[in-house]
Amino acid sequence: MFGKLNWSAIPLDQPIPMITSGVVGLAILGVLAWVVVGGHLPYVWKEWITSVDHKRIGVMYIILAALMLLRGFADAIMMRSQQAIAYHSQGYLPPEHFNQIFSAHGTIMIFFVAMPFMIGLMNLVVPLQLGVRDVAFPTLNSVGFWLTATGALLVNISLVVGEFARTGWLPFPPLSELTYSPGVGVDYYLWSIEISGAGTLVAGINLVTTVLKIRTKGMNYLRMPMFCWTTLATNLLIVAAFPILTATLAMLILDRYLGFHFFTNEGGGNMMMFMNFIWAWGHPEVHILVLPAFGIFSEVVSTFSGKSLFGYRSMVLATMAICIISFMVWLHHFFTMGAGPDVNAIFGIASMIIAVPTGVKIYNWLFTMYAGRVRFETPMLWSVGFMVTFIIGGLTGVLLAVPPADFLLHNSLFLIAHFHNVIIGGVLFGAFAGYTYWFPKAFGFRLHDGLGKAAFWFWLAGFYVAFMPLYVLGFLGMTRRMQHYDVAAWRPWLIVAAGGAVLILIGIAFQIAQLVVSIRRRAELRDFTGDPWDGRSLEWATSSPPPVFNFAIPPEVHGLDPYWQQKLRGKQPELEKHEPHYQDIEMPRNSPTGFVCAFFATVMGFALIWHIWWMVVAGFVGAVATFVVFAWRDHDEYLIPAAEVARIDHANLAERRAVMSQGTA
Amino acid sequence: MSDTVLAYPGSDPRRLPSMAGTVEHAGPASKRIVTGYGFWIFILSDMVMFSAFFATYAVLLGQTAGGPSGHDLFDLRNVAIETGFLLASSFTCGLASIAADNRTAFWFQIAMAVTCALGLGFLAIEGREFASLVARGAGPTRSAFLSAFFTLVGCHGLHVSAGILWLLTMMAQIFTKGFRADIQRRILCFALFWHALDIIWMELAFGLLIVLLIMGRSLWIMANQNMMPMDQIMQMQQ
Repeated sequence: MFGKLNWSAIPLDQPIPMITSGVVGLAILGVLAWVVVGGHLPYVWKEWITSVDHKRIGVMYIILAALMLLRGFADAIMMRSQQAIAYHSQGYLPPEHFNQIFSAHGTIMIFFVAMPFMIGLMNLVVPLQLGVRDVAFPTLNSVGFWLTATGALLVNISLVVGEFARTGWLPFPPLSELTYSPGVGVDYYLWSIEISGAGTLVAGINLVTTVLKIRTKGMNYLRMPMFCWTTLATNLLIVAAFPILTATLAMLILDRYLGFHFFTNEGGGNMMMFMNFIWAWGHPEVHILVLPAFGIFSEVVSTFSGKSLFGYRSMVLATMAICIISFMVWLHHFFTMGAGPDVNAIFGIASMIIAVPTGVKIYNWLFTMYAGRVRFETPMLWSVGFMVTFIIGGLTGVLLAVPPADFLLHNSLFLIAHFHNVIIGGVLFGAFAGYTYWFPKAFGFRLHDGLGKAAFWFWLAGFYVAFMPLYVLGFLGMTRRMQHYDVAAWRPWLIVAAGGAVLILIGIAFQIAQLVVSIRRRAELRDFTGDPWDGRSLEWATSSPPPVFNFAIPPEVHGLDPYWQQKLRGKQPELEKHEPHYQDIEMPRNSPTGFVCAFFATVMGFALIWHIWWMVVAGFVGAVATFVVFAWRDHDEYLIPAAEVARIDHANLAERRAVMSQGTA
Repeated sequence: MSDTVLAYPGSDPRRLPSMAGTVEHAGPASKRIVTGYGFWIFILSDMVMFSAFFATYAVLLGQTAGGPSGHDLFDLRNVAIETGFLLASSFTCGLASIAADNRTAFWFQIAMAVTCALGLGFLAIEGREFASLVARGAGPTRSAFLSAFFTLVGCHGLHVSAGILWLLTMMAQIFTKGFRADIQRRILCFALFWHALDIIWMELAFGLLIVLLIMGRSLWIMANQNMMPMDQIMQMQQ
């Protein structure tokens, strides 16, 4: 009846997962109770869960990422403390638990923190920057988000029901094959990533089509803000790379479920084929993560330097160059495979070449700041912190691209230090810069400044204290993923690294405090202008938060930095003397399709993990039926009458004019 | 403050002289263009997935683990019949598209029904072939080569099955709702999907040369389909 599932799947004898999941479960119940009892359920359902508004979906992506960041960080601090303790001892985490923790940490941080954070920011901002009212496929957008949430949910269910993979964040065979991983851990990994990967692909198709086909009048390609360019590059990479992940994991699934021989030891399987495939996706993936961050830094640096971006065209070229070259370097993840000096040399050189466009970008940001009037607001702090940190991470990356050096440092903590250096220093700092920068746009009030700066300094210091020792440990020969060790020389460095993790924890605490304090003081932090940072691109031309249709009158673009040009020439909407000609606006109707479809996907994924076949069929039929019902709808749009558009726009313009007259008085 | 912008008001200071005649972007494309374009992107991603399976097949071709190889197993007559079925179904699918453009429900339903029958015929032959392979002890668990073969061909078969479900849905939608604009867009996407499956089958049957030719042609069509004048033509048609 319930396949492999029975009561022994719940780890009652392990206090850590039980207590954690108890607390999390209580928190979820508490929030649910508050929503239901407080009568917020209709609001949450109508305005958020079924919303197809790109801004709402973007915010939900970011909320998901923030929650998962807490989970992933909890894993991180457990690993750091375990390694600080486990000198000549077993520490407090048994090996099978420790292995699940590092696997879950990597999986969650990449797939459910970095990805949704970036996709959320792109969803929130790109249509606004392009001066349009929506993305190309609003309902699919919602489906994509909810499928991502399904994946995150399944990974977290594995904490209570069964176990997670012990294979690392990429399930390398033959360890991940049924022979060596007979439990459900790898299956949790496979199905949650397959489902959320489908969601990511949908998001990628949606955003590529949006950038290429839905731009306002005059928004030629070479007038798009840099963030739109990096969005385009990232989503092209998603479209080209994620199907490889889908296919690769599908093959591992076939191996595990039906006894195929793709990556097995026996029957002619080839496990190195898995390495090649997974990194043919995996390397583009790291650029999928970091390119949007580059876009965010471009926007932030240009805004807070009061100058348009230096070398815009070279920046576009560098972005697209990275987009292409990122597909030609995957083998540097396993130089030790033994492909021979020729192959390794080619991939080593390609890996060094990809640093060139990245270097171009760094110089462009520096020259944007040069002779600018730089304001060190919080987003700008993250950006400057990024530049310094990312250069170090990039340099150690170039070092690792040298095959002989890689043979020594492969799989050591040097590698761990390197990729945390670029992912935290690049992607996460970018995400935080974007979060602080666009928060007022999304919610209409700014985040508290002092707490944001405190969070930045603790994160920055914490990063260096936590990860610089890992470089040293790599040189001292410590390999990654060690549950315990008996080398005395490693211990001091590991204790320092654990201290760094505590500093980061304080940084996170400041970020939570910042959010809470900002929400409480939202009245005094309110942004009436829609343009709190003296911005340059079109998202600042509308109110904060923007109306559901973004722009009452579609803006027309005549060059780069369109809103800056409007301001220079006094052409802002609020200065317009003539009453604009408002028209009726058609907007897509809300739809529960995404949520219902994700519900069935969750059922199906869970059933597949536990081999509950009747439930698999039920989930599949439900998901297909959802789409057919959706396809049968007769009205997918509603009309906002011109009078209503005028009313909303007048209110917004009046707010802006009030601020302006205060300013001049 | 940026002095370049002040120095040349009303112009784009970064525009190269040769770009002076650039056409101004006309604004968001029509829904038909957006939907078709998005679906093209999806098909490209699907092609990438198939190419992963193709690559697997190429890598594992010789890994028969002492079992039968392709020469021992494949019946070219079957392949020819299957190819005939799929090519014919692509043709009738094209007829269905023409009928949809002319809003002729009768011929649309006939052409779709024939397409469906041909698709089912294809699946029946493929299913029989798979069954006979398994019966001869050459199932997918026999060797890495056969795993790759069954997965590659089976993935195409799954796509055809999904296509048939979609086809039936479209027939029902035309029957109940008629040629509404949104349903026309779905028919466009379905046709793209069906022809793409045909292309993938050709790759399966005839190999790399065709792959390159077809991919080149697809890109060419894609590039041309989305040029500016086409946008305007489409808008005029609506």
